[in-house]
Amino acid sequence: MENLDALKSELSGMIKSAADGDALEQIRVSALGKKGQITALMKGLGQMDPKERKAAGQQLNVLKQEIADQIDARKDELENAGLDTRLAKEKIDVTLPVRPEQMGTIHPISQTTDELISIFGEMGFVVAEGPSIEEDWYNFTALNIPVDHPARQEHDTFYINAEKEGQRMVLRTHTSPVQIRTMQSQKPPIRIIVPGRTYRCDHDATHSPMFHQIEGLVIDEATHMGHLKGCLIEMCRAFFGMDELPVRFRPSYFPFTEPSAEVDIGCAFGDGTLKIGEGDDWLEILGSGMVNPNVLENCGIDSTKYQGFAFGMGIERMAMLKYGIPDLRTFYDSDMRWLKHYGFQPLDVPSLVGRAGL
Amino acid sequence: MKFSLNWLKEYLDTDKDLDEILHWLTMVGLEVEGVEDRGKLVKEFVVGHVLEASPHPDADRLQVLQVENGTETLEVVCGAPNARAGMKGIFAGNGSYIPGLDVTLKTTKIRGVTSNGMMLSEKEIGLSEEHEGIIEVADDAEIGSPAAVALGMTDPVIDIAITPNRGDCNGIYGIARDLAAADVGTLKPLDVPKVKGSFASPVSVNIDFNDDHKDACPMFVGRYIKGVKNGESPQWLKDKLLAIGLRPISALVDITNYMTIAYCRPLHVFDADKIKGNINIRMAKEGEKMLALDGKEYEMDGEMTVIADDQDAEALAGVMGGERTGVSEDTVNVMLEAAYFDPIRTAMTGRKLNLQSDARFRFERGVDPAFLVDGTEIATQLILDLCGGEASEIITAGAEPDWRREYFLRDNRVEELGGVEVSPERTQGILEILGFEVIKVDGGWKTIAPSWRYDVVGEADLVEEVLRINGFDAIPIVPMERETALPHGAINLAQDRRSLVRRNLATRGMTEAVTFSFLPKDQAELFGGSPESIELVNPISTDLSIMRPSILPNLIAAMGRNADRGLSDTALFEIGPQFAGENPGDEAIVAAGLRAGKAIPRNWTGGVRDVDVFDVKADALAALEQIGGPAANAQIAQGAPAWYHPGRSGTLQLGPKSPLAHFGEIHPAILKAMDVEGPLVGFEIYLDNAPLPKSKNQGKARPALNLAQFQAVERDFAFIVEAKVTAEDLIRAASTADKKLITEVTVFDIFTGGALDDNQMSVGITVRLQPTEATLTDAEIDAVADKVIANVAKQTGGILRG
Repeated sequence: MENLDALKSELSGMIKSAADGDALEQIRVSALGKKGQITALMKGLGQMDPKERKAAGQQLNVLKQEIADQIDARKDELENAGLDTRLAKEKIDVTLPVRPEQMGTIHPISQTTDELISIFGEMGFVVAEGPSIEEDWYNFTALNIPVDHPARQEHDTFYINAEKEGQRMVLRTHTSPVQIRTMQSQKPPIRIIVPGRTYRCDHDATHSPMFHQIEGLVIDEATHMGHLKGCLIEMCRAFFGMDELPVRFRPSYFPFTEPSAEVDIGCAFGDGTLKIGEGDDWLEILGSGMVNPNVLENCGIDSTKYQGFAFGMGIERMAMLKYGIPDLRTFYDSDMRWLKHYGFQPLDVPSLVGRAGL
Repeated sequence: MKFSLNWLKEYLDTDKDLDEILHWLTMVGLEVEGVEDRGKLVKEFVVGHVLEASPHPDADRLQVLQVENGTETLEVVCGAPNARAGMKGIFAGNGSYIPGLDVTLKTTKIRGVTSNGMMLSEKEIGLSEEHEGIIEVADDAEIGSPAAVALGMTDPVIDIAITPNRGDCNGIYGIARDLAAADVGTLKPLDVPKVKGSFASPVSVNIDFNDDHKDACPMFVGRYIKGVKNGESPQWLKDKLLAIGLRPISALVDITNYMTIAYCRPLHVFDADKIKGNINIRMAKEGEKMLALDGKEYEMDGEMTVIADDQDAEALAGVMGGERTGVSEDTVNVMLEAAYFDPIRTAMTGRKLNLQSDARFRFERGVDPAFLVDGTEIATQLILDLCGGEASEIITAGAEPDWRREYFLRDNRVEELGGVEVSPERTQGILEILGFEVIKVDGGWKTIAPSWRYDVVGEADLVEEVLRINGFDAIPIVPMERETALPHGAINLAQDRRSLVRRNLATRGMTEAVTFSFLPKDQAELFGGSPESIELVNPISTDLSIMRPSILPNLIAAMGRNADRGLSDTALFEIGPQFAGENPGDEAIVAAGLRAGKAIPRNWTGGVRDVDVFDVKADALAALEQIGGPAANAQIAQGAPAWYHPGRSGTLQLGPKSPLAHFGEIHPAILKAMDVEGPLVGFEIYLDNAPLPKSKNQGKARPALNLAQFQAVERDFAFIVEAKVTAEDLIRAASTADKKLITEVTVFDIFTGGALDDNQMSVGITVRLQPTEATLTDAEIDAVADKVIANVAKQTGGILRG
């Protein structure tokens, strides 16, 4: 059956040169179909003598299989080539911008407040709040700032028409009235921080008629000035993310604390820029002190049994120092460009333990 | 408070250098605000000796000087009338900078004569406005030596901030005392002369108050000095005053300034010949007027203390003297006054008259009530030394107020409150150097605060004295220990919700703003108005005159400002207070937001869309969903307050009484009134109205999850309904047709017009059926569909579209 080799090479050639699926199908029909060449040869086997038939049958089966395999292989080949061509045609410009999406930002005041809450929260403080509109007694008198005392001049107070107990009500000049409200309503031990809006009658490059403070108050039987130092040094270092940040306490005066201390952090002024944690200069960031016994007594707390400390700082100021925001007044302008630039991603939630620092 | 280092050293014997003194000033609570090295101003200049002075050949008013500067002799052209051969002055060579002229010198030809430098006036150096002539320095000044030495400007001037409680440190002697306590040096004892009066004062003093005002001036000390000559002060005194920025005026005035700065003892000197009759310290008469030394006339009221003669007020007590009885160079006889005036009354007087002075500053912070006589003696001696004359006996009216206050300091109190151990010896020593009388008794110390320390009012103050002088640095750092091993939540649920809503809104593309709690009154009116009770009495401007009834107006204004900058597709929100009244309960925390421009801006994929009510409805719903609890299931009602578009606004609420949120298009009339381009859509979410769960852990466990095994089926329907039927009505009608099978109904199409009547619309809805027991057969699905059609017809009148 020497002509089988010729048939095989003829079919193989045709398969290889088949241009598409249709041509290949024609070849299959002409070779393996009911009337195909190989099928015809298979049919011819019946007339052979049994001895020849066995050998010829085996050869034909091999050929049939080979041709079928070659057709399948060519079919795959042609299909792959088709896909590649299609994909090549489907190419798009991936440098085109994505569909517009909008992501808002968190205001630096909120972010800084959350950062400070996360720090003090780790130290066991809880957040307390109170109203913006206050009675004179809570804002001044209870805090040991008596009527007509010159110290009141330091607080350029906004007054409103409403009166309580014969005194005009005020927009709180600090968040300290919340300390009073807390001490009146809660028994020691007390450990609170008070973030919130505060108001002073002042408007220039470094003063805004409204700004934010965060204050803290600790009252128990044993907390002393060493704790005050420990607490605030830890806070400063955690907030600015500097383990070695120099922190200095120096005596000062506030009517509601005795002794009183102002807290400075180490920095370098120079070349018009401020570098925190470097150099020989000091920058004041906090007021603090041991709660004045008069304040405790004003709140009905026995000052012979309880003591503790209080502190306060400006939230905007902390944000300005940490994030290099140059101008206080811009915080309240609601300029979208500013908010985008100095704002924070919404999922950037401050945590001392959840992230790699604040 | 400014003082020079050498002036301080007149009272403090110390070998410490400037830096150490500065360090300790700050660390005892006298914060150093600056150190002025005045020598710097003149460091390029030297003492020059004028060897010759000859007329300029070509200019009448100029001279040509030969000046020896220590290294060479130079030709200098000079126009000063006092320039003459033999004098010594301050020479500036070529290349040096002259601050008063703002030039750097170089060789110049002045009318043909070369000039190689300048002899300087005070104005040219920047010391004063004096420009009549060049500075003359002492004959023994070494030629070529630094100008700073010759001018007495080597003495650094220190500026410190004095806290309001430390009235005693408004005098240099008080500062020296604090430093001495901190071991920086030794306080030199006060040298108080006893000037013997040689005659009785011809002017008497009478304190004349009723009982209500008797504290206004408890004591007045005076002395008549006759035959003085009020000329210029000697150089040492002028230098001292100039160094701290005080202009020398005349010896008598300079002496009072000296006493104020050195000992915090404000004094007044009257020209005794101008006093009519005797001196009376009394309350001013209502409307009484006085021309003060600052040249202004002040009208007084009955609560102000004045020092008067028999006719008129001649001084505002503790604040400023009167012009009429002020001293001049012709003054011959003077009345010296040292008094104690009530701090609060002095402060009030100054405040009411808007009159500040060095005297008022000290009286209102409290001067030493026991230093009246000694202060008078020191001042008398100075007057006699500098002006000559003869002093009368001292006259006094009233009596020294009782300042002796006793406080007990317990043995362990410094350590208990301060956290640092200070030895008993050191504790007592500190207090004694500060002037306390201290007696050690069992269990502690009995102390009497010094007369100048009215700020000390209790044991805590004594602790502070010991701690600050011992140094805050010595207090060990003790970590705060928590009561529990793990931190508990720092914020409560309401605070947490605010924080979640804030971050939720930001992820939805809104940018957080913080705006003022006050706004212009007319804007408040647009948003329901604020009661008059929360109008500011003293607003900074009319733009910030009343507490805001809503956050929206501030945000609308902000949107307008951003639009003016070309930023139009913006979304802003704020979470903060709004005010309905002055009581704490009237302050509500609200999350308010606004969107403007395109929700989807122009882009290559198309799909451009303006913001609309459904964007802000989605914001409000997302916020309520974030809050969780019942708020997530709020009902929707058509309409919102008047500042919203009446037809394009809604309210989310649990019941009609407490709205959780309003949303909608802002009323065009509001935008017009605020001059902001619309449309704007916005929302207000009343966070305080969202109910809190009853207990902390309520609702944390989730209900069991029942996942259906069988395939869900969706069927679409189109109903023709009357236009007044709401989407919610239709959805409710469809949903309730088979509560068991129907799990969701959504609207996919709204159509009006075409063949429909004007008051009709077609609404396409998709109903989702979720079988729980077996896959639904066609017959079962058809049965549910029939129920939906029937229920919609029954509840809304809707007819299935054919």
